Amino acid sequence: MYAYTNSSTEDKSKYNSIANLIDLHKGREGSLIQVLHGAQKIYGYLPLDLQEFIADKMEVPLSKVSGVVSFYSFFSVKPRGQHIIRVCMGTACYVRGGKEIVEHLLDTLGVELGGTTADGKFTFEVARCIGSCGLAPAIMIDDVVYKQMTPAKVNTLLAKF
Amino acid sequence: MLNLTINGIQVTAPEGSTIMEAAKQNHIQIPSLCYLENVHSVGSCRICVVEIDGAKTLQASCITKAREGMIVHTNNERVQKARKVLYELLLSDHNQDCLNCNRNTSCELQALGRQIGVEESRFEGKQVSHPVDVSVSLTRDMSKCILCRRCVTVCNEIQGTGILNPQNRGFDTVIGPGMDLPIGSVNCAFCGQCTVVCPVGALKETASIQNVWKALNDPDKRVVVQVAPAIRVAIGEEFGLPPGTRCTGKLANALSMLGFDDIFDTNWAADLTILEEGSELMNRLNIALYEKKVTALPMITSCSPGWIKYIEHSYPNLLPHLSTCKSPHMMLGAVVKSYYAEKISIDPENIYVVSVMPCTAKKFEIARPEMMNKNLPNVDAVLTCRELGDMIKQAGIDFVNLPDREFDAPLGFSTGAADIFGLTGGVMEAALRTVYELITGRELPFANLHVTPIVGLDSIKEAAVKIEQPLEAYRHLDGVEVKIAVTSGLSGAKKLMEQVKDGVSPYHFIEVMGCPGGCITGGGQPRSQDPQVREKRMKNLYSEDESKVIRKSHENPSILSFYKEYLGGFPADNHLAHELLHTHYVQRGEFNQFIEESFVLESPQDIKRQSTQRVKETGAAQKSATSPKREELKPLNMLNLESENKHLKNKLSDAMETIDILKIVISDYSKQK
Ligand code: SF4
Ligand code: SF4
Ligand code: SF4
Ligand code: FES
Repeated sequence: MYAYTNSSTEDKSKYNSIANLIDLHKGREGSLIQVLHGAQKIYGYLPLDLQEFIADKMEVPLSKVSGVVSFYSFFSVKPRGQHIIRVCMGTACYVRGGKEIVEHLLDTLGVELGGTTADGKFTFEVARCIGSCGLAPAIMIDDVVYKQMTPAKVNTLLAKF
Repeated sequence: MLNLTINGIQVTAPEGSTIMEAAKQNHIQIPSLCYLENVHSVGSCRICVVEIDGAKTLQASCITKAREGMIVHTNNERVQKARKVLYELLLSDHNQDCLNCNRNTSCELQALGRQIGVEESRFEGKQVSHPVDVSVSLTRDMSKCILCRRCVTVCNEIQGTGILNPQNRGFDTVIGPGMDLPIGSVNCAFCGQCTVVCPVGALKETASIQNVWKALNDPDKRVVVQVAPAIRVAIGEEFGLPPGTRCTGKLANALSMLGFDDIFDTNWAADLTILEEGSELMNRLNIALYEKKVTALPMITSCSPGWIKYIEHSYPNLLPHLSTCKSPHMMLGAVVKSYYAEKISIDPENIYVVSVMPCTAKKFEIARPEMMNKNLPNVDAVLTCRELGDMIKQAGIDFVNLPDREFDAPLGFSTGAADIFGLTGGVMEAALRTVYELITGRELPFANLHVTPIVGLDSIKEAAVKIEQPLEAYRHLDGVEVKIAVTSGLSGAKKLMEQVKDGVSPYHFIEVMGCPGGCITGGGQPRSQDPQVREKRMKNLYSEDESKVIRKSHENPSILSFYKEYLGGFPADNHLAHELLHTHYVQRGEFNQFIEESFVLESPQDIKRQSTQRVKETGAAQKSATSPKREELKPLNMLNLESENKHLKNKLSDAMETIDILKIVISDYSKQK
């Protein structure tokens, strides 16, 4: 009875594959984890809507589905971009311009904290001190630290990705 | 019988008993916390550990079976020490704000501390604070939760609703609805059964006491109170009287002493409900059996707002089966603000109606937009039985020694049929007493008017009543066997609704009450340690019925004159009657996908919660607006504070993880020793 109405065709076909997956597994021991695993592969992550869809099809309460999703760190409820940008919000970085960097990124990327850009390229987060206080403000993209950032430098940096 | 030795004493116990039960039968109480008789025994807290000769580790006595020849120590030094450590660890992550806690002095965690003699907590530390989740009906404060999981058992296994389940893992474990959603935004029935079993202040009704005091202290307000049938056999427990004690007269007196202006009885409106619902049933039977047209049968009772919310979420296509009658206290509220207001010439705007209910879902019911007439809510506040107990204590009223008092006219007189509205099978029996007599002109042919097959606490009960030699007007019903079913608790309701959904329900009329046993054990009733509490309250409510001279709703003179004076006689099929006494229902869906209506009161500011909500919104709204508008973004200093906060939380959770590890080490240690 789940009314999944507002979806693109692409979403629909993904949901259909997930529905097929559920038909395959439903009723078997431990099937919920397998379904979730497969669903994350197909959809990329497990947002509330999808969890509701799965709960409905599997005939288990949403709280059980989300209980499993939140138990395993492997599952994600938010889309993750190809690259993760983390701006240091340690005290040093914050006072030396980290704030402007965050503001700048919010504007350029057009996402909010923790969000992912529409093209799926970047996920934007803040980090606690990343240990580059001497050369603040610092940001990290994936595993690489970039120091003494300015809004202009950020632009050049992002253009490389 | 088994023979065993407990604390050096030779005792016997029936086969199959647990060590805890064996000890209890022999007058030894083993401290426990998560265990709840007949409801929950999973052995999660391990407070009940005992030493068994020959066993290496201490055993949880609530789940370990007694065996022949066992030698058990329930209170030796090793046991005492282990228990204390376990208790102190429980306290280490507990928000110990007892003075501001609604369970202060009625808290099982406190009582346990006294029982095992813990005076200080060596592991006292800071706690991760969880935002308090407030809905119109329930309040969740997970900083008080001790993870006993009683609520999980009740919500999943007894009610079958599955709203509460463990989320996250390890130290972050929290019991709640999925995805951190506030409970007011999900398909919780608000039945409150979880609040009855919660041993601490983590799950409770959303308080209305302050609002009621405010109204009572307002000289411009006429404050009208009404009490549900099930309150009169339960309120005494709040003052130490034995479970089920009938306190009708004391109750009316206490309400008057609290300063209420009119002390009315929801029972009055229960009689009214029977007349309305009875005629509705006769109508539907007529349409189906005489006119041979389609109508929604079985008809299902609508007095239990938890049940209503459940069906709106789970079977939104079956709503036409519900009786359109408002629940009795809503009817009474509507009548007070119309009929009674006119009678005493007071502007209904200045009337404040308070309902004392055994129910947490009634708090949600009065917040339904459908429950208004002329833009005024039918009822302004709902107090649970527990809350009324608190108010009476706050006012320093010596409840136990109060003399009796009558309810006030004109909305205080009721028949025995109204009393049994408070227990499973009661609404059905009351309806049958009236419907059968209206159709045949003869009294319902059951000894003492009790429909025995539907008396008792079974989850699903059924009966059939054959109509023979009806009055002339009902000749077409001659020989018809009216099939009825009664259920209480939402799992039973689910079974019956599956039949209706599949088109195979054999019944004409179904009574559903959302709580197992009916209102006598509603979600707002006193928490009781007595496993027989349901039977006791039930028995006494039946005696209340039997003690009345008039025991059939259609013989209530006060109701009949209300029909005559205000609605143009009975049956009243006119606009005014519909507006005041009937309502309609809302298709919600399992995930609220059919309607945007939420019953959240204050949504705490919490990063995670905001993001999950946004996910939901993007799902619902068209995906056109990809990036949020600039002004929707939180100001930066907030971000900074949050990140700082997160940082501190991380530090804290590191520390807590260490404690978790310590816990494991200690329990391993106590096992090995
Ligand atoms: S739940 Fe019990 S121990 Fe905890 S704060 Fe409330 S009264 Fe105190
Ligand atoms: S009120 Fe009822 S449905 Fe809601 S969480 Fe509690 S037990 Fe479950
Ligand atoms: S909310 Fe109450 S009943 Fe549920 S697990 Fe926590 S303490 Fe136990
Ligand atoms: S009471 Fe036995 S484990 Fe909790």
